[in-house]
Amino acid sequence: MMDVIRSEWTKMRSVRSTMWTLLVTALLMVGFGALLSFATKANAEGQPIAALDAARAGLSGVTLASLSMAALGVLVISGEYRTGGIRMSLLAVPRRLRLLAGKIIVFTVAALVVCTATAGASVLVGFAVMRPAGGDGGAVAQAVVGAGLYLTACGLFGLAFGALVRHTPGALLSVIGMILVLPQLVRMLPGEWARSAHHYVTTNAGLQVITPAEANPLGPWAGYAVYLAWIAATMLAAAVLMNRRDA
Amino acid sequence: MTAIRVKNLSKRYGDRTAVADLSFDVEPGRVTGFLGPNGAGKSTTMRMILGLDRPTSGTALIGGRPYAELRHPLRTVGALLDAKAVHGGRSARNHLLAVAQSNGLPASRVEEVLETVGLRDAARRRIGGFSLGMSQRLGIAAALLGDPEILLFDEPVNGLDPEGILWIRTFMRGLAAEGRTVFVSSHLMSEMAQTADHLVVIGKGRLIADTSVDEFIGASSQGYVRVRSPRLAEVADLIRVGDLHHDHLRVTALSPLEIGTLTARAGLPLEELTFVQPSLEAAYMELTKDSLEYAS
Repeated sequence: MMDVIRSEWTKMRSVRSTMWTLLVTALLMVGFGALLSFATKANAEGQPIAALDAARAGLSGVTLASLSMAALGVLVISGEYRTGGIRMSLLAVPRRLRLLAGKIIVFTVAALVVCTATAGASVLVGFAVMRPAGGDGGAVAQAVVGAGLYLTACGLFGLAFGALVRHTPGALLSVIGMILVLPQLVRMLPGEWARSAHHYVTTNAGLQVITPAEANPLGPWAGYAVYLAWIAATMLAAAVLMNRRDA
Repeated sequence: MTAIRVKNLSKRYGDRTAVADLSFDVEPGRVTGFLGPNGAGKSTTMRMILGLDRPTSGTALIGGRPYAELRHPLRTVGALLDAKAVHGGRSARNHLLAVAQSNGLPASRVEEVLETVGLRDAARRRIGGFSLGMSQRLGIAAALLGDPEILLFDEPVNGLDPEGILWIRTFMRGLAAEGRTVFVSSHLMSEMAQTADHLVVIGKGRLIADTSVDEFIGASSQGYVRVRSPRLAEVADLIRVGDLHHDHLRVTALSPLEIGTLTARAGLPLEELTFVQPSLEAAYMELTKDSLEYAS
């Protein structure tokens, strides 16, 4: 398995688009966070800002960053199907689930490191702008770690759709639908059932780990676990099909 | 030990049959040509041997095992399928490094194969900018990484210039001379005539012939003797077994010596007396004419 991981890491780092996408994610996070931090500071009109509020303002680029991470996840595997490079990969590693596992591991580690560091940097920039009046350090740390985890999960969602759909535009549309559209759509459905169900829909649940909503019965970790379950289900479908389909 | 054993292999896509009950063995130490018109099922068969496509029925074994069960497959089998099917953004060296690492091969092998295929100076360049010939060399480099005993090449000379064709041909012959198994597909008989020792010929997914190149020519189309004479009608009357074509006679039943002896006795002058060996191309056309996917 180490062989596959080493190989997948070489593949990931040796393609420029990967590095660009990670950089764009970081810039979106920090840049958008800084923008919202200035806005928050201006709106506060001199009133003190709580540390947790400042941290959340600093992390407000998460939605945009989640899209670029999802795109990166898609590309990690759909890029191989587009070029036909998947055949070389499968000649080298004919056990398909082992290949998929290698990609998941490498992507998860790289995404966690970059996204958590970026989240930390965004919060620091936010603090530098807003100079919050102190507060719950533990909650701030959890928001930072939560943002890293959330963005990594969004990337894995993309990877799952990339493996499932196998061509880039289709996979991108699917994952954006799941991350952005579906959660809003369910929220707008009428009826008691929809009102309680929408808390469990993909990012509505996943975002609990960064900014827990009072109305959502899921706590931060339960919410994140529900999001991971969505991703795992998609990944499972992708794995079953990958094992069965012709390459 | 038989390197590749294909047994009752079939592949259907919906109601279209790409490969039908195909069985053949590929032996080491020689170049086995896998010949058939475009669309005959050569690539599909190769992909099934390599575990990329799942057979509808039948088996394809490498040294007695399915490809997917080989632990470090590249150490046993090297394959060149579509040379352009690589990520264009990577350098040649990084592409090969990723392939090498996946099979636990040292990075030094990358430098060795780059040297072997003559790409050392292009190692750092992005693959996307490679010519077809260079891509083909890169594909061969990847196939050679694990120093495999068995090599599969799918249409390796397609689109190459004469220099590149000569290089690959010499290269494949060299690999077979080292005792390796070389299985190479082509839709061009003339190409196989110059490279292969043995032929597996298919058409419409079915086996047409599994034979040596020499036998193939002999069995599929006989040679004939071409006879020209200023008194052709008289020669034809004398020999009787010939077919009269507009300016010459074709004789399959007699040797040039027999014909010459007969005409000399009769005092008939001859302008030409030639034994015509049919080309491999002609033999191939003869064999596959019924199995063309699209007749022209």
